[in-house]
Amino acid sequence: MLDLVNALTLLANFVLIPGITYGSQLGLGALGVTIVYGILRFSNFAHGDTMAFGTMVTILLTLWIQSLGITFYPLPTALLMVPFGVVITTILVLGIDKAVYAHFRQVNAPPVMFVIASVGVMFVLQGLIRLIIGPDDQSFADGARFILRAREFKEYFGLSEGLSIKVTQLMSLVVTFLLVISLFWFLHRTRTGKSLRAYSDNRDLAQLSGINPDRVVLYTWILATALATIAGVLYGLDKSFKPSVYFQLLLPIFAAAIVGGLGNPLGAFVGGFVVAFSEITITYAYKRFFAYLLPEELEPTTLLQLLGTEYKFAVSFLILVIVLLIRPSGIFAGKSA
Amino acid sequence: MNILNNNRRLFCFGAMALLLLAVGFFQSWNLMFQILNLCLISAVMSLGVNIQWGYVGLFNVGVMGFAALGGLSAVLISTKPVQEAWQAGGANILISLLIILIGAGLISLARHKLSRKAAHYCTFLLVVLIYFAARYFYISGTKAVEAVDPALTGFLGGLGLPIIFSWLVGGIVAGCAAWFIGRITLGLRSDYLAIATLGISEILILVIKNEDWLARGVKNVIGLSRPVAYERDLQASEWFVNLADTLGTDLVSLSSLWVKISYTLLFLGCLALLLVLAELALKSPWGRMMRAIRDNETAAHAMGKDIVARKLQVFVLGSMVVGIGGAMLTTLDGQFTPTSYQPLRFTFLIWVMVIVGGSGNNWGAILGGFLIWFVWIEAEPVGLWLMEFITSGMDEQSPLKQHLVRNAAYMRLLTMGLILLVVLKYFPKGLIPEGTR
Repeated sequence: MLDLVNALTLLANFVLIPGITYGSQLGLGALGVTIVYGILRFSNFAHGDTMAFGTMVTILLTLWIQSLGITFYPLPTALLMVPFGVVITTILVLGIDKAVYAHFRQVNAPPVMFVIASVGVMFVLQGLIRLIIGPDDQSFADGARFILRAREFKEYFGLSEGLSIKVTQLMSLVVTFLLVISLFWFLHRTRTGKSLRAYSDNRDLAQLSGINPDRVVLYTWILATALATIAGVLYGLDKSFKPSVYFQLLLPIFAAAIVGGLGNPLGAFVGGFVVAFSEITITYAYKRFFAYLLPEELEPTTLLQLLGTEYKFAVSFLILVIVLLIRPSGIFAGKSA
Repeated sequence: MNILNNNRRLFCFGAMALLLLAVGFFQSWNLMFQILNLCLISAVMSLGVNIQWGYVGLFNVGVMGFAALGGLSAVLISTKPVQEAWQAGGANILISLLIILIGAGLISLARHKLSRKAAHYCTFLLVVLIYFAARYFYISGTKAVEAVDPALTGFLGGLGLPIIFSWLVGGIVAGCAAWFIGRITLGLRSDYLAIATLGISEILILVIKNEDWLARGVKNVIGLSRPVAYERDLQASEWFVNLADTLGTDLVSLSSLWVKISYTLLFLGCLALLLVLAELALKSPWGRMMRAIRDNETAAHAMGKDIVARKLQVFVLGSMVVGIGGAMLTTLDGQFTPTSYQPLRFTFLIWVMVIVGGSGNNWGAILGGFLIWFVWIEAEPVGLWLMEFITSGMDEQSPLKQHLVRNAAYMRLLTMGLILLVVLKYFPKGLIPEGTR
């Protein structure tokens, strides 16, 4: 019986909690991608680097107020600066929209031109980020580190496996939860949100009903950028900020959005958890888990890992391939037809 | 229109030749041929992307992956087989590959014969079975292979054939990967192809970096054989020494120039062949059908054209050309370094070449390949100089200046992105527009 509890604690500590954290971060990222796709009708390849840019701005602001001696103990100081990061990044993204995407909307360019333009934007952002903050790892989490320490948990319950919950992990979940609830409230209950959904469903009809398309575009970018910045900061606080990693996050984020059905916000959020849990369960080494459950003579000699951690990005790709093969419109039907 | 276009083409290529000649006269002929060789390879790759984008409008964000497959083929064709490694684990690796192949065959059979639902269950069951069976042999095989003299080999080696064959093989391997991706995504929205190609290219690089038994991973394979003479042999041969005497030049620089010119001739031949084939295809009824699909898919479909199959065809052909370019690049480098495959250098740069040169026009793609590579090479010193100039008013010791100068290399990302966006917005037809036919 104790072995079973130990085994489950182990799984909770290394699969469940990291999965929930990573899933909520991916879900937020995928929400941004899916909103841009649903309303502006293109896959925004610059989303990963928008996340990185927003995080960078937040880091720089955090460093600045930390130097003034302001902190936000026990929460990370960066949380205070997120709204400012969102505002600055939104201004940049709106500028990019005016300079780049507005032109293609005006000439009624095919969706693929928007995708190419977004790849161009992606590289400009990458260049900017590396010029400003450099390509190296930045760790900017401060405040209390743990809510629950592994050692305390072990001593309290008398188990040999510990369970630890980091502040950043709980924060990711809470912030994501609040954001998603307010996002759905906004989309379904407010006039602006309804106009966004109407525009996404039928562009011409929405315009005929007097919805101003420029306004819709404006709100879309504000929403997407805010989601991107917050997702980026949460990810950066939980792991660390490295520009190249944010570019690589693009693949799991797209996979999450497609699993849930591109253009479907609820789907994107659920998709984030699907991708995160697949990634973690497939690359987790189950050796110790089974060592608890099996009798000693059957104890595993190998790591019992389905796929090496170096291939974690391959998992998102696999999910992508499977979804495209079996149900291209995603779990919740999106606008992929 | 056609005459105007011809003149424009002549003018653009003339200007490009002048630029290269200027490098030859003012810097050095060795440098000029070094740039020219890479220009030619870039032109091959951008020709491949143009076949996909310009002919039917497919957006491939995974050029890097297909180029890396070409480079990998160069290793697997040209290096000598490592006998001990084959004895140690070759059989096991072959068995696991065989299991995967047979399994894939069974899956495709099941998907054709069974009903949709049964096929899904059957596929799932087969995948699990294949995974564990193949893994059993694979792990023991790769471990044994990687243990064989890891400092020098630790991989299976190749076939020991002349490296020039790898150009063809690289094309075929890249074509197979493209077929796999295309089969899954081409029937769907255009965005899915972009996302899937981005994914497969990242994963291919991951595999090449991590699977040491294949091509030594990040330990790199160096000293690949060459299709042209070695400088050392040239310097030792009598006729070459006589030639250097007659020309009155330095023996060492002449020999390295000789090698570069031989590469240039090889690459030029390959590019010319590919260009002739691409132009013939574009002018044929097949090419007209492709443009019809690109310009109005619905109409082409109504005329009874199988759009998905045609797109798949073009996607495979274009990726093959990119693969050939990748093999050529590794041949020129004489080494295979997985870490050098960066999306900026291999995917994005090629796209800038195609868009700047003129999408839909093979000559334009080639000009773009030449011009953008030239700018890319010359941009580094210019970028550094520019950064020094901007910061010249600042204090030598100021951290901001040091930071900016250190990160000046990333100016390239910025400038290339800006070039792409500006060309897309203001000159969407590129330097040599497609023109009416």
